[in-house]
Amino acid sequence: MKKRLLYGLMAEFDTTDDLLAAARKTVAEGYRRVDAYTPLPVEGLAEALDFRDRRLPLIVLIGGIVGALGGYYLQYWCSAVSYPLNVGGRPLNSWPSFIPITFEMTVLVAALSAVLGMLALNGLPMPYHPVFNVPRFAMASRNRLFLCIEARDPKFELEKTREFLKNLKAREVSEVGR
Amino acid sequence: MSSPSFNQNPTPEPEAPLIGFGYNYATVTDKISAIVLSKRTPRTWLVGFAIAFALLMVLMLAIGKLLFVGVGVWGIQIPVGWGWAIVNFVWWVGIAHAGTLISAILLLLHQEWRTSINRFAEAMTLFAVACAGMFPLLHLGRPWLFYWLFPYPNTMNVWPQFRSPLIWDVFAVSTYATVSLIFWYVGLIPDLATIRDRSKKTLSQKIYGIFAMGWRGSAKHWKRYETAYLLLAGLATPLVVSVHSVVSFDFAVGIVPGWHSAIFPPYFVAGAIFSGFAMVLTISIPVRKFYGLEDFITERHLNNMAKVLLATGLIVAYGYLMETFMAFYAGGRFDKYMIMDRMTGHYMNFYWILLTCNVVVPQFLWIPKIRNNVWVLWVISILVNVGMWLERYVIVVQSLARDFVPSSWRNYTGTHWDVATFLGSIGLFLTLLFLFLRYVPMISIFELRGLVPKGDAPAASTGASQRG
Repeated sequence: MKKRLLYGLMAEFDTTDDLLAAARKTVAEGYRRVDAYTPLPVEGLAEALDFRDRRLPLIVLIGGIVGALGGYYLQYWCSAVSYPLNVGGRPLNSWPSFIPITFEMTVLVAALSAVLGMLALNGLPMPYHPVFNVPRFAMASRNRLFLCIEARDPKFELEKTREFLKNLKAREVSEVGR
Repeated sequence: MSSPSFNQNPTPEPEAPLIGFGYNYATVTDKISAIVLSKRTPRTWLVGFAIAFALLMVLMLAIGKLLFVGVGVWGIQIPVGWGWAIVNFVWWVGIAHAGTLISAILLLLHQEWRTSINRFAEAMTLFAVACAGMFPLLHLGRPWLFYWLFPYPNTMNVWPQFRSPLIWDVFAVSTYATVSLIFWYVGLIPDLATIRDRSKKTLSQKIYGIFAMGWRGSAKHWKRYETAYLLLAGLATPLVVSVHSVVSFDFAVGIVPGWHSAIFPPYFVAGAIFSGFAMVLTISIPVRKFYGLEDFITERHLNNMAKVLLATGLIVAYGYLMETFMAFYAGGRFDKYMIMDRMTGHYMNFYWILLTCNVVVPQFLWIPKIRNNVWVLWVISILVNVGMWLERYVIVVQSLARDFVPSSWRNYTGTHWDVATFLGSIGLFLTLLFLFLRYVPMISIFELRGLVPKGDAPAASTGASQRG
């Protein structure tokens, strides 16, 4: 397979311990465009792949603040600016009454930004991805664990990388077409 | 996601396993996904679905009648303007609370036993919220104008009354419905991908594929996924408490004796959890039997749920006690009269049956033998559901029927259209539930994989217990 038609090399593992060890060694070897595919979240795997991303909590925090300010301002503007209405002699800006909706809006916007933020950062929905071309990859959502080194990794050399992966207790190494 | 040191008891006692013996990633996956992927629809499912669907048609009929004639078909009058519809609303919203409690609060507390029942309980939450939301809308009288409840720019140039708990309720319940839906859906994504990968039929591959959004189990995706899930749990936890508090404000902010009470928010929240857990038991006991899921929803799960039922039942009992005590301690004549009327008046049967169902019956759960007897537990859970419905009936109806001025007193009974709407809402709930059981993996497969014990399964599962 020509290199430009190749997405990468994928190694299959039996156990999470093997996969974790392999991921650490791959990163230590200097590979950068590496990802692992597992049927369940494996603790420490993302860290082993040298993956750090702290944006999501920040997005959720911003979402929550926007929800809180927006929710309060909505009520303030409607009740005190757009159509001021004296209800039982209460102040127009009767803030204690505005707290429940402010709270609900905080949670709503924060929760929506958690989900949409997670999907956006993960690049989902993504209907097509080259890793699905490996027939055995269907098992990644059942019981098998995979590690994939992308061909565009600067260190990637088909034969050398294949040998490297084979030495990592991989059960099988296959080429991933585009 | 969790560190094991958190859930260690100071005095560890040997506990039954959370999952049957001898499972690994593959067998767990196959067993749960087979229920969805099976070509043969079980006969019991068909019978159950037919009954549920028939009840749903009763709901359609009842709503048709209501829209055609008006809210007068329900027995509501003045002073009892809130009849069965609001009773049903509070009952369903209460039931909805167990789902989020199990998913969110038990997740944050590192209670691993939630795993087999959370998907299921979340689905129950969604469907119960759907049933609940329907009632206040129908009760509006002109339900087609429901959007007047939302602040939208309009030619009338007026806005909702934000100082009213009824508007708070609109925001609370719609936020709750939205957050429950996305929480449930996010939890489903990896399992939908499993179904997509294991399905043999093109159509179902496509449909599950669309909903799985191309999930491929990437380690980086999992990382963000777990962060998002944990944050959602953290957000849903105060939300679940706020929703039923706001529902209780619908009553407590009013001045009607029997409603105007500071204990209402915590008392309502405890009642909601109580009824919600009762409903989870009512549904999960037959389901685990019919689908042979005793290995996943084990006796220990039922036992734990029974304990939660007992604990929340005691809080609710304390609520009843305090309500009575405060009426006499505060000494307001209207409050004292309200309590006396509750115990000895027109609605006394409802009151004493509710006390029996909600206070006396749960005390049997102190006995381990009863907690472990599945069918006795099932009967208790149904009695609690009945008791909680009666509780709301007494709060809504009895308080309104006997307010300050004797000349305005009037007794209330629901009509057969009230009964039809209520049964119909159960039909809607069950119809959605049966569809869920058939087409969506009812137990979280990826979380179950994390529970497979190390050692007794083939090689593929050895890393399993690494995830706490």
